[in-house]
Amino acid sequence: MSKNRTHVIGKSGWRRTLGAAVVSAIYFFPVYYILMTAFKTRPDALAMPIKFLFTPTMDNFYSVFVRADIQGGGGTDSGFSHYFFNSLFIGGTSVTLALIMGTAAAYGFSRFPLRGNDTYLFIILTTRMLPPIIAIIPIFVLFRVFGLSGSYTGIIALYTAFNLPFSIWMAKSFFDDLDRDIEDAARMDGSSEWRVFRKICLPQVYGGLAATFVFAVILTWNEFLFALMLTGTETRTVPVAIARTIGGQVGVDWGLMSAIETLFIIPVVLVTFVLQNQLLRGVTFGTIRK
Amino acid sequence: MIAPAIATLFIVNIFPLMWSFGLSFFEYKANRIAAPVFKGLDNYADVLKDPDIWERFQHTATIVVGSVVVQLIVGFLLALLFANEFPLRRYLLMLVLAPMMLSLSAVGVFFKLFYDPTLGFISRFISLFTPDTYVILSTPARATIAIVAADAWMWSPFVMLLVLAGLVSVPKYLYEAAEIDRAGWWRRFRTITFPYIRSLLLLALLFRTIETFKIFDVVYILTEGGPGSSTETVSVYVYRLAFQFFRTSLASALGYIMLFAVIVLTSLYLYAIQTRRAEPVNE
Repeated sequence: MSKNRTHVIGKSGWRRTLGAAVVSAIYFFPVYYILMTAFKTRPDALAMPIKFLFTPTMDNFYSVFVRADIQGGGGTDSGFSHYFFNSLFIGGTSVTLALIMGTAAAYGFSRFPLRGNDTYLFIILTTRMLPPIIAIIPIFVLFRVFGLSGSYTGIIALYTAFNLPFSIWMAKSFFDDLDRDIEDAARMDGSSEWRVFRKICLPQVYGGLAATFVFAVILTWNEFLFALMLTGTETRTVPVAIARTIGGQVGVDWGLMSAIETLFIIPVVLVTFVLQNQLLRGVTFGTIRK
Repeated sequence: MIAPAIATLFIVNIFPLMWSFGLSFFEYKANRIAAPVFKGLDNYADVLKDPDIWERFQHTATIVVGSVVVQLIVGFLLALLFANEFPLRRYLLMLVLAPMMLSLSAVGVFFKLFYDPTLGFISRFISLFTPDTYVILSTPARATIAIVAADAWMWSPFVMLLVLAGLVSVPKYLYEAAEIDRAGWWRRFRTITFPYIRSLLLLALLFRTIETFKIFDVVYILTEGGPGSSTETVSVYVYRLAFQFFRTSLASALGYIMLFAVIVLTSLYLYAIQTRRAEPVNE
């Protein structure tokens, strides 16, 4: 695996840093604006020109989880902690399942090509490239017939299938990159195929599989359409809950919305930083490696 | 080893797809008990004759072309900026790459706030230069630009990543030779840099076209296809047909026309990848 960090062709000094800093700041500004609004009181959030200096408050984050009572006094659970749990639980379970099956399949596709191997891989990729709206129509109807709508089983099964093509293509790209000499040597020494897979190939791709896991969790974490159609009150995930909060109401509490979004996107921004070197492979389903 | 994966994909994905493919030849409404009635190719004929659907394809095409062009330009310029190593590069790069990893629905919600006529900083900023309050989502043209802007902001970093990958693959000695020959920057770009990034630009173009063609979340949250139906894309229309008008089989037929387009584009994409691997400039 190449060690070159996110691609550079030459060296520049601090002047380039300054230019890039200005551009990055403008580019990142929409996200920064949301982060900032999350810590603002309502008057500060509405103030124009934009207030960059303000006394931060945690009130919005408090209201994410506890809905204020109109009569005053205590408050009721807004359900958001449950939606966060759902997003994590559904994402984590389905990605784990997809990755286990995907790694096995990828190893098979990489090391023991079948007749029509490329056709299988193409069909698998197509199931991921197809507009989700096409898949949702029959799945919606079938889920109702089998009583899977609004259940954890249903949405986890669906997300497992949704993540499988991604896992297979990613894992295959890592297996394809491995140096074959070591495993051939092991085969020569009489290692079983299982031993070659388990002791030689797998340990070399752990890093890549970890990156694949995180990417798939983010994809699932961000997914909206399937969740919108197939989750119920019990299984609702965060993106759906957010869309429901802004829909319908007349006066949206943007401080509250920003606080929810902040909690939702901070993990993603941090992960982006950690995975920078794998990002290209991740966003192209492993089709482009460098 | 591939059996569990294939089985899962077949049960959860491919079987329902075949089922709806069959359904697209019947008259069927998901909210009625009536058994499906065979209609042959009528649904497809209806789709192709329906002017509303052609209009949705036009909206989608406008958004795809606008957004992909902006992404290619912005992404390319960002890549040139970040092609060299400089202090703090890794941290600044993170700020630029972050939008790509956000959820489409989050971006929809963000921009809905920014475009809000009274609260949004973008509309308030534009209002400084116009006599009246500038309501971004009020006319078809403005709403389309608003969607393009949100989508292009999110995905330009994707193009940047691909172009960066192309820029590194240029052997340094070519630039050194050009230096000796006193070639100007435009000539260096045209004859040395561009041939190396051409294939990646093509991949970026195809990949983003496939993805933008499916655009749903941003439109659904930002404009709900409005004003009127002026920004409604094919995906949003399929959604409405299937889940608001419950014309399940017609929606399936339209879905399959979309799928056909995506399959063609995906094959082109994979073909472009193979060609790129075979090129002598790589490896």
